[in-house]
Amino acid sequence: MNTITPDQAMTDALAEEMRRDPRVITFGEGTATKQYKLAEEFGKKRVRNTPLAEGIIAGTAAGAAATGLRPVIDLLFAPFMTFAMEELVNSAGKLRFISGGQFSFPLVAIARTGAGWAVGAQHNHNIEAWFVHAPGVKVVMPSTAADFKGLMKSAIRDENPVMFFADIGLLHTPGEVPDGDHVVPIGKAALRRDGSDVTLISYGKTVHNCLTAAETLANEGISAEVVDLRSLKPLDEAGVLSSVLKTGRAVVVHEAAGMCGVGAEIAALIAEKAFDKLKAPVVRVTGPDAPPAASYPLEQAFVPQADRIAQAVRSQLAVGR
Amino acid sequence: MTTVEVETVVDRSVTQALETMLLIRTFEEKSAELQAAGKSPSMCTSVGQEASAAGVMSALGEDDLILTNHRSAGHLLARGADPNRVMAEIQGRATGYCGGKSGSLHISVKELGVILTSTIVGGELSLVTGVGLSLQLQESDAIAAVFFGDGAATEGIFHESVNLAAVWDLPILYVCENNQWQAYVHRKETMLVDHISEWGSRYGIPSRTVDGNDVEAVAAAAREAVAYIREHRKPFLLETYTYRTRGHMEPDDQAYVDKHELSAWKSRDPITIAERRLLTDGVLTSIELAAMKETARKKVEAAAEFALESPYPDFDQLTTDVYA
Repeated sequence: MNTITPDQAMTDALAEEMRRDPRVITFGEGTATKQYKLAEEFGKKRVRNTPLAEGIIAGTAAGAAATGLRPVIDLLFAPFMTFAMEELVNSAGKLRFISGGQFSFPLVAIARTGAGWAVGAQHNHNIEAWFVHAPGVKVVMPSTAADFKGLMKSAIRDENPVMFFADIGLLHTPGEVPDGDHVVPIGKAALRRDGSDVTLISYGKTVHNCLTAAETLANEGISAEVVDLRSLKPLDEAGVLSSVLKTGRAVVVHEAAGMCGVGAEIAALIAEKAFDKLKAPVVRVTGPDAPPAASYPLEQAFVPQADRIAQAVRSQLAVGR
Repeated sequence: MTTVEVETVVDRSVTQALETMLLIRTFEEKSAELQAAGKSPSMCTSVGQEASAAGVMSALGEDDLILTNHRSAGHLLARGADPNRVMAEIQGRATGYCGGKSGSLHISVKELGVILTSTIVGGELSLVTGVGLSLQLQESDAIAAVFFGDGAATEGIFHESVNLAAVWDLPILYVCENNQWQAYVHRKETMLVDHISEWGSRYGIPSRTVDGNDVEAVAAAAREAVAYIREHRKPFLLETYTYRTRGHMEPDDQAYVDKHELSAWKSRDPITIAERRLLTDGVLTSIELAAMKETARKKVEAAAEFALESPYPDFDQLTTDVYA
């Protein structure tokens, strides 16, 4: 085991994949500057700086992916992806289907997201669900250093465009990463804590808030299970359902706004496939329908914190059967 | 080569280009006719611009990669695509190049190097830099050619694309078909300069405007541009200055078009110009020309018949090829 930050875990994954496969290249705004060690090792042809122009960065990645390369692009902050929606959604996501399967688009787009740096709404906006709604693309959002590495490796090896959302609040907190070729499959949730009374389902930094809440609830005699989705698309339906069928209660937690968010999909999934076993309605704990403020206390209040999650569980346990 | 031999070669290539242009014109007019008869979905024609497709394609090699846009039937046919399968794709049939999933707007034919057709205007410009990057890193001798219009040139992505290609020395031929129309809006409403080549040169890449209705001139300019890109491995912008004489998409009564402008451009029709030259120079006889037209007509009629008789895709195709 190594103890490294998720930020380092992503870079390590990229370096290992670049060593493994000469088709892997990386570029973006300041990529060669910030990843100077990669530039030294792999050369400036494979590690490039680009203009501050997300559209052409993403389009270049899509064009390169369709013609034999495996680009990993850094779009910096998730809201910047709004400049690259055309290339990511209309081109990378759709042209395989449109062309009748003639092309594939093996690329990874990295975007930092969520509260933590008090950077305000044009740098902090959890838009991962937008891409869940886009056919042809996959979406991952890890919560541990090990998963940052393992999911990055899977994303680079995947034949499809993968949106890799890196939660800002986690990036610089070290965690344990297994040695060697640590690969985490896309589409597989992780059970973070066993429990029997309620299932907390989350992804990204709010997984940790769920774990804190579960600890608090345990002291009150409430046994909460915590499921970390890790992949938002494809979604591990079986992983979610097996836990909810066991506990009979589900609280879905994420920082992104609630309406039409991932939590809405999870709630619908549970209603469709686990209704008989439910002891109470599914509850969502999410960010509000508002741009996140820069001011640190407001930014943090935007995020479902452990006390809010614990309170939602208590309220849920007070109703139902 | 002696002068006579050179002339023979040129004459042959102009004759071939005329054959291509006749095929494109006949094909697109037939598609429009089928649309009007309710037998085919709407599509965007390139009537009046055929010299650009025929001339530029004649300068490209087999390994070169091509990106095009929503007005692509001409490019595809000039590249040697099977009219049957293009027509079938326009009609959404299973026998089309993309199995009917593309329709007229984004047909790609990988086996011919016609890749990544994007119908979002400007999409092709965002993708071509990636194709150029692949060719560069693979140390290929091939180049990438991208066809787009003056409308795409007014989008930010054009400027991002040309700038990046210039900075990264990408082997890309930018072909701006300046057809004076941006969907339903005349170019003069949206830009102050007349030539997109002026913009290209500002990004530090060689840029040139050619008479897009003279197929011989287009072919010659394209050959020079391609030779430059192959030698220097750097981008080049070629603007083919032309005019789309049919509407943006079928059907279109063109009530908004200046009649004088339209008739002035129609009098410079690229097919008429090529025909006149070949007839005047004695390269073609009127009987041979009539035979060429008949050949094009027969090919297109056969394509229409093939398409109309082809099955639609099975419903299980609704969700195939979404993920690799």
